[in-house]
Amino acid sequence: MQILIHFALGLLFGAGLILAGMADPAKVLNFLDVAAIGTTWDPSLMFVLGGAIAVTFLGYRHVLRRAAPVFGGQFHLPAPAAIDTRILIGPAIFGIGWGLVGLCPGPAFVALGAGNVQAVLFVAAMMVGMWAARLLSLRAARTPARA
Amino acid sequence: MTPTEFTPIASLVGGGMIGLASVLLMLAFGRIAGISGIAVRVLPPYLDSEALGRLAFVLGLVAAPLLWLVATGAMPVAHFAAGPVLLVAGGLLVGFGAVWGNGCTSGHGVCGLSRLSTRSLAAVATFMATAIATVFVMRHLI
Repeated sequence: MQILIHFALGLLFGAGLILAGMADPAKVLNFLDVAAIGTTWDPSLMFVLGGAIAVTFLGYRHVLRRAAPVFGGQFHLPAPAAIDTRILIGPAIFGIGWGLVGLCPGPAFVALGAGNVQAVLFVAAMMVGMWAARLLSLRAARTPARA
Repeated sequence: MTPTEFTPIASLVGGGMIGLASVLLMLAFGRIAGISGIAVRVLPPYLDSEALGRLAFVLGLVAAPLLWLVATGAMPVAHFAAGPVLLVAGGLLVGFGAVWGNGCTSGHGVCGLSRLSTRSLAAVATFMATAIATVFVMRHLI
């Protein structure tokens, strides 16, 4: 049952990405191309983010008033932390890759399911990159910090 | 470069569906809908027992185009400008950067900003800036 709900939520998330236009790298790159404002710039992505944040902001306020999630356990929320170099370096690297191809992780899986051969290459490389970063960060967490 | 049409209504509604899925994931399982965090924990090492749920969520994303095909009669189209080298380089950078920075467009962009997290705001501002700079270099300087 819980597995099925996870699958259904992935479907909903993915269908939202497709309807929003995020699954087409051209649309993403046309949004990021701010030098083309006034010509081929496509501001649609601001509406995607706006719609997603509006619903999530209101929904979270409601949901997080509960004592626990429906299926038990606890709410897993990142603890507030200071802004360190990692929260800047990671996204800086991510942004370069996003700008090169026009795919971020969610749309990459959707493009894979749509049968794009380009997405096969991209997702394979993405999973290697993700795995490497996780192993490195687990190792960093085990090693005592040096000044 | 492939021109695309400005689609405010479809993008707003699609964004709302992304938000709804994120809210329901928190309601049901208490988890942030961060695709990079979910995808990387499908691979080992397994530090909890929720890897199967994460795999099911990712498979839901992969199956979404089929749902789209059934509902609309057409597969969603994707126009790629990048060749094989850029696809691999982009994939490596997106994957590494997202996990190193603890989140991507969904985890920081949607869930983090909705929680008014300053760390997520810093992350989003940073990846927007480098993505815009990258597109500028690729389209207008090279």
